[in-house]
Amino acid sequence: MARNKEALVLVLDVGPSMHNMLQEIEKVCSMLVTKKLIFSKNDEVGVVLFGTEDTNNELTKEVGGYEHVVVLQHIKVVDGDAVEALQQLPRGTVAGDFLDAIVVGMDMLIKKFGQTNKGKKRLCLVTNALCPIKDPYEGTKEDQVNTITSQMNVHGMKMDCIVARGKQNVDENKSVMEENDFLLGIFSRKTSSKMVYVESPTSLLGSLRTRNISPVTTYRGDLEISSSLKIKVWVYKKTAEEKFPTLKKYSDKAPPTDKFATHEIKVDYEYKSVEDSNRIVPPEQRIKGYQYGPQVVPISSAEWDAVKFKPEKSVKLLGFTNASNIMRHYYMKDVSIFIAEPGNTKAILAVSALARAMKEMEKIAILRCVWRQGQGNVVVGVLTPNVSDKDSTPDSFYFNVLPFAEDVREFQFSSFSSFPLSWQPNEQQQEAADNLVKMLDLAPTGKEEALKPEFTPNPVLERFYRHLELKSKHPDAPVPPLDETLKKITQPDPEQLSQCKSVIEEFRRHFELRENPKLKKSTKRLLGEKPSGSGEEREVLGIAYDVEAVNSIENTSAVKVEKVGDSTPVQDFEAMMSRRDSPEWVNKAIKDMKNKIFDLVEDSCEGDTYQKALECLVSLRKGCILEQEPKQFNNFLRHLCKFCQEKDLNTFCDFLASKGVTLVTKTEAIDSEVTEDEARSFMVKREPKHEQAQ
Amino acid sequence: MELDPDDVFRDDDDDPENEFYQERNAGKELVVYLVDASPKMFGTTCLGENEKEETHFHVAVSCIAQSLKTQIINRSYDEIAICFFNTREKKNLQDLNGVYVYNVVERDDLDRPTARLIKEFDSIEESFTKEIRSQYGILSGSRDNSLYNALWVAQALLRKGSAKTADKRILLLTNEDDPFGSIKGITKIDMMRTTLQRAKDAQDLGISIELLPLSRPDEEFNVSLFYAELLGLEGDDLTQFLISAGERFEDMKDQLRKRMFKKRKVRRITFSIANGISIELNTYALIRPTFPGTITWLDSLTNVPLKTERSFLCADTGALVQEPAKRFQSYKNEDIKFSVEELSEIKRVSTGHLRLLGFKPLSCLKDYHNLRPSTFVFPSDEEVVGSTCIFIALHRSMLRLKRFAVAFYGSSTHPQLVALVAQDEIITAGGQVEPPGMHMIYLPYSDDIRQIEEIHSDIYSATPRANDDQVNKATALMRRIDLKDFSVCQFSNPALQRHYAVLQALALDEDEMPEIKDETVPDEEGMARTGVVNALEEFKHSVYGENFDEEHEFETKGKVSEASRKRKAISENAVKECANYDWLDLAETGKLKDLTVVELKYYLTANNLPVTGKKEALINRILVHMGK
Repeated sequence: MARNKEALVLVLDVGPSMHNMLQEIEKVCSMLVTKKLIFSKNDEVGVVLFGTEDTNNELTKEVGGYEHVVVLQHIKVVDGDAVEALQQLPRGTVAGDFLDAIVVGMDMLIKKFGQTNKGKKRLCLVTNALCPIKDPYEGTKEDQVNTITSQMNVHGMKMDCIVARGKQNVDENKSVMEENDFLLGIFSRKTSSKMVYVESPTSLLGSLRTRNISPVTTYRGDLEISSSLKIKVWVYKKTAEEKFPTLKKYSDKAPPTDKFATHEIKVDYEYKSVEDSNRIVPPEQRIKGYQYGPQVVPISSAEWDAVKFKPEKSVKLLGFTNASNIMRHYYMKDVSIFIAEPGNTKAILAVSALARAMKEMEKIAILRCVWRQGQGNVVVGVLTPNVSDKDSTPDSFYFNVLPFAEDVREFQFSSFSSFPLSWQPNEQQQEAADNLVKMLDLAPTGKEEALKPEFTPNPVLERFYRHLELKSKHPDAPVPPLDETLKKITQPDPEQLSQCKSVIEEFRRHFELRENPKLKKSTKRLLGEKPSGSGEEREVLGIAYDVEAVNSIENTSAVKVEKVGDSTPVQDFEAMMSRRDSPEWVNKAIKDMKNKIFDLVEDSCEGDTYQKALECLVSLRKGCILEQEPKQFNNFLRHLCKFCQEKDLNTFCDFLASKGVTLVTKTEAIDSEVTEDEARSFMVKREPKHEQAQ
Repeated sequence: MELDPDDVFRDDDDDPENEFYQERNAGKELVVYLVDASPKMFGTTCLGENEKEETHFHVAVSCIAQSLKTQIINRSYDEIAICFFNTREKKNLQDLNGVYVYNVVERDDLDRPTARLIKEFDSIEESFTKEIRSQYGILSGSRDNSLYNALWVAQALLRKGSAKTADKRILLLTNEDDPFGSIKGITKIDMMRTTLQRAKDAQDLGISIELLPLSRPDEEFNVSLFYAELLGLEGDDLTQFLISAGERFEDMKDQLRKRMFKKRKVRRITFSIANGISIELNTYALIRPTFPGTITWLDSLTNVPLKTERSFLCADTGALVQEPAKRFQSYKNEDIKFSVEELSEIKRVSTGHLRLLGFKPLSCLKDYHNLRPSTFVFPSDEEVVGSTCIFIALHRSMLRLKRFAVAFYGSSTHPQLVALVAQDEIITAGGQVEPPGMHMIYLPYSDDIRQIEEIHSDIYSATPRANDDQVNKATALMRRIDLKDFSVCQFSNPALQRHYAVLQALALDEDEMPEIKDETVPDEEGMARTGVVNALEEFKHSVYGENFDEEHEFETKGKVSEASRKRKAISENAVKECANYDWLDLAETGKLKDLTVVELKYYLTANNLPVTGKKEALINRILVHMGK
C-alpha cells in the first residue's frame, strides 16, 4: 500500500435540522474528493449518511438496529462518481443518531482493512449534534462511547468531528445538546480526534481539511541554550501557503487521433552570444557574472564555493528579551513550530519549562538558525511560547524570521500631530470612529469569531477547484460568480452591516470626503491611473459629479457622438444631448442611457458597478430636467426600482437612497406630476417592502 | 526537495518573480560631492576610529570612499561626481579657479561609480598632494570665490537628466563655517550675496544642497554664520540642525554605509470602509528581504554577456510553438483546459482594493498568523480630501481599544485577508523609530495552517509538563541572559556582507579576501559569566537531573550504533548473497540484465557502490566497476 494513502469515511448528518447546512457540506465534501483526485489519487473514500428516511447498511442486516443510516458509497478509490454523489446529497427526514453512524463507518473501515493501515484510517463526522442519541441495550451511553473509542484506538483510527450549529438553533433542547457535546468530548479526549464547533457556513467550509499534507521536519537537532545545555527539538512549518496550482501550458499540435498525446509544452532556454545570434553557448562555457557598478564581474561557482559564507548547521540561543521589543510587523515569513523531540521526556520538560517561563514573564527568545549543513546563510528570528492547555498536547514554540539591518528601510513619515488642524479628527468624529471600531465587531463575546484564519478557506482555491470540477463536465462553462458563502470572506457581512447601520451612518455623517479640486481629471490620467473604465477607481464624492455633469452638458463636443458607449457613458450621453443637428438625438440619448444603466445594474458583481450606474443616473436626471423630459426619468426610475426588487438587487435601491437620488419634482421641471413630498417619500416608502423581501 | 547551493538566499517559497518582492525602478539619484580642500581641512584633526588623529580631509574622503563601495552594490544606477574646491589646480569645463573635478578614465564627470574610480579614489590623499594641492580660494584682495565657483560647477554637472525623474543633490563637506571670514566690507557682502544667489538658483532648478559639517572638538561648527541662509534653515529647523550638527559627522560614515532607499510608495490603494465611504491610502514596503544583485550569464571565454532565448516546444510533435494562451490541469484522466482570462477571472474575487470587514481584539492575532513581510499603509489626501482625518480617527480608536481591523485586500494576483494593526509613532533621541500608521499583515487561510501539535499529541498519557521549580529555574535563567536593548535590525546579514565583500575584492583585484564579522553568533563571553553559568547549571539540574552529559552522550551513541548496526547488517547480508553469483561470467555473457534489481544491488552494496538509479544504470555501474 502506498505510503500516506488514506482511507476516509465521511459520516454526514442529513437530518431535517441540517438542511440549511447541506449545501455547504456538499461543497466542502465534493471539494475534498476533487482535491484527492488531483493530489492523492490512491486515497479511498466512503460516505455514510444518517438521518435518512431509508436504512441501508451491513450492520442492520447482520445484527439489526442502525436504522436511518445509509451507506451512500462503500470505501473505494476516489473517482468522479464520488464527487457527483457528494454534490447532491439526499435530504433526510428523521433526526439522526450520530453514534450509530460512527459505528457503521467504523465497521466499514474494519471490514475493509482490519488492523492494517494504522493511522491512515479516518472518520469525518459532520453534524449539529442536536438530536438525542438512542439509549443502548445495555449500559449507559457513556459506556457505549468508551467501547467505541477503545475500538478506534485498537484499529488506529482518527476522527474529525465538525459540529456545525447555526446561530438559530442554539436555544433548542439544551439538555440534549449538552449530553451530545459531552459524548463527543470523550472522543476528543480518548482518541486522536479533533472536535471543532462552527457557526457560520463560511467557517464550515474552512473547518474540513481538504488536502492532506504530510508534515516534514525542516530541522532535527539541538536547540543550543549554551554550549553545555542543548535541547533536542524538531522543527516543522506551522503555516505554509497553499499555492494556486501551476497549470501546464497546453499544446494543440498533436493530431486529435493521438490518444496518448501529453499536450504538454516544453520550455527551452538557450544562451546565445549577443553578436552572433546563431552561436549557442554550451552550459560548460557559461559563467555567472555579478553586477558591480556598470561592470559585470565573472565568478565561477568553484571560486564562490571557496570563499562564500559557510555557517555550521545549528540552532543557537542569542538571548531573551521583552516581548514588546519585537513588534508583530517585523515577522518576515511563514511560521515554524519547535517541538521537543517526541518521546524524549527531558526535552519535553525543558521546552515546557522555558515556554511557561517565557509566557509568564512576557519574554521571547532570539535565535540564530542554520537549518541544514551547506546552507549559505543564517536566519535570526524570534521564538515565542505556545503553551498548550490540552493535557495530551506538549508545549512548544512558534518561530518567525526577523529582518536584518539590510532588510529594513527607515523611511520617515510625518507625525499625525504635525498635520493641519483640519486633518485632525475632532471629538465627535473620534467618538464616531470609536463606536465604529467597537460595533463592527467580528469577535463578539459568546459568539463565534468570524473569519478566523483557521476556519476561513481560500476563496480563490475554492473557486478554482469547483470550476475545475464543473469544467470536467461542461468544458465551456464560464466562471460562475463567487457564491454567497465565499463572498462573506471578501466583503462585509450584510447582516452585520445592517446591525451597525446607525453607527456607520453616524460615522458617515461626521466625516466629509471629496475629490481634491486641485487635481484635474486630465492630470489624474497622467499620474498613471487607469481610466475609470470599471468604475471602481473613482470615488463616491457627493456633489462633485453633479457639477461636472452640468458643466459638460454646456460644453459642445467636437466629435459627434452617436451612441452611449461603455467607457465614458456620461460624456457620450451629454454629447448626444447637446447635439442640435436633429431633435431625435435627445430621445436616442435618453433611450441609450436607460439601457446602459440597466446593463450596469444587472451586470453588477457585489455592487461594483453601482457607482458608475449612479453617475449615469445622475447625468440622466440632469439631462431630463434640462430637456424638460421629467416623465421619462420618473417612469424609468420607478421601473428600475421595481426591476431591482424583482431581481434581488435591493442593494442598488439602498445605494440610490443613500445617495439621495429622487424623482424629478414639479419645482424642478414643470411637466412633472410629482410633488416634493412624493419624491422624498419615494425611496423611504420602499424600505419596509424590501425588508419583507429578505 | 532539491537543494541548490547557489540559491542560498532564496527560500523554497520565495518566488523572485513575485511582484510582491520586486522593487519598482524609481528615479535615480545624482549626487555631487563637493569637498572643501582648503589648507584648513588638512590643518585640523579629530580623533579617528582607532584613537588616531585624522585630518578632516581624510575623514571626508574616506567617508566618500566608503559610501561609494556601498553604493556601487546597492544603488549602482545612481550617478556621482567628486569635486574639490579650494585647490591650486583647476579642472572643470567652465575653467573656473579653485575647483577640481576628480575623475578616472572611461567615465564621465557625473556618472555611475566604477571599480576603477573606487580603486583610484582609495589613494586620493597621495595623488591629491601631488597633483591637485590645496590652496585657500577666498582671499581678501582677490575677486575669486571658490565656493561660488564650486556651486556653479556642481550645478553644471547636474544639468544632466530631468529633475522629474532624478533626485539631484549636492553634498557639501567642509569644516569652514565662515567661508568669507577673511574678507571684509562691501566685497564680503557682495560675495555672500552672489554665492547665496547661486545656491538659490541651483535650488530653484530642483537641486537640493546638503551640508555635512566637520567640527573640531573644541570648536563647534557655527551654521548660523553663513550656511543657515544658504540651506534655507529657519526657526525650528535651524535649532534642530544645530543640535544634531555636532554628532552628525560622527554618524556620517555609518549612515552612508547603510543601504539608502529612496522613500517611495508601492502603490496607491482605496480603502473602502462601509456604505460608500472610501479613503485613499499609500502602501510602502518598509521591510523586505534583501537579495544580492542579479546574475548575468557570461561567455567564459570572452566575458561578454549572453542573451537568453526562450522557446516553447510541443512535447508531442516537437514543433516550435508560440506561447500558448491555454493552460491545463489533469483531472479525472482528462485535460481540463483554462484560458489565461478564465484563470484571472477565477482569481478576481474582489473588485475593491482594500475592503474593511470588521474589527477584532489584538489577542485574536496569533503568532502563527503570518505568511509574508508586512506592508505599511499611510493615508493621503492627494486625491480624496478627508482621507487622513478618517484614518487618524480610526488609528486612534484602534490603538485605544486595542483592536485591529480585518480587511480583504483584493489584489489581482494574490487576493488575501489582511490584518491592519495600528502602530503609534515612536520617537527616540535618534529620531523616528516607528512611523505612525498601520501595518498590513497577510493572514493565512485554513488551507495554509498545519496542525502539527495534533500529530504529536499523545492520547494514551498526558504529556510531561514542567513543574513550578523547573519553570522558576527557567525564569531565573531568562533574567540572566537578557538582551536589554535588543533592536530588531541590529544585525547585518553575514552572508550578504560576505557576498558583497568578496565581489568587491574580486572586482577591485584586491589581494586579500576581507574578513566579515558575523554579528549573529552568540556572545560566548557573556555566556561564560559565573552568574549565567550557575543559572544554566541549576536549570539543567532541575530538568535533566544529575547526569545530563552522560545521558546526552549515551543518547547520541545509542542512535549512531542503531543506525550503523542496521547498515552493517545490510552490507553483511549483501556480501553473503553476493558470493552466490558468478558476476564475471554473468557480465561476460550479458546475463546481468536477467537478474532482478535486488540481486544487482547485492553486488553494488558489497562493493560500496551507490545503489540508486534504474536497472540499466545499475548494470552499467557494475560493468564500469569490473573494468568492462
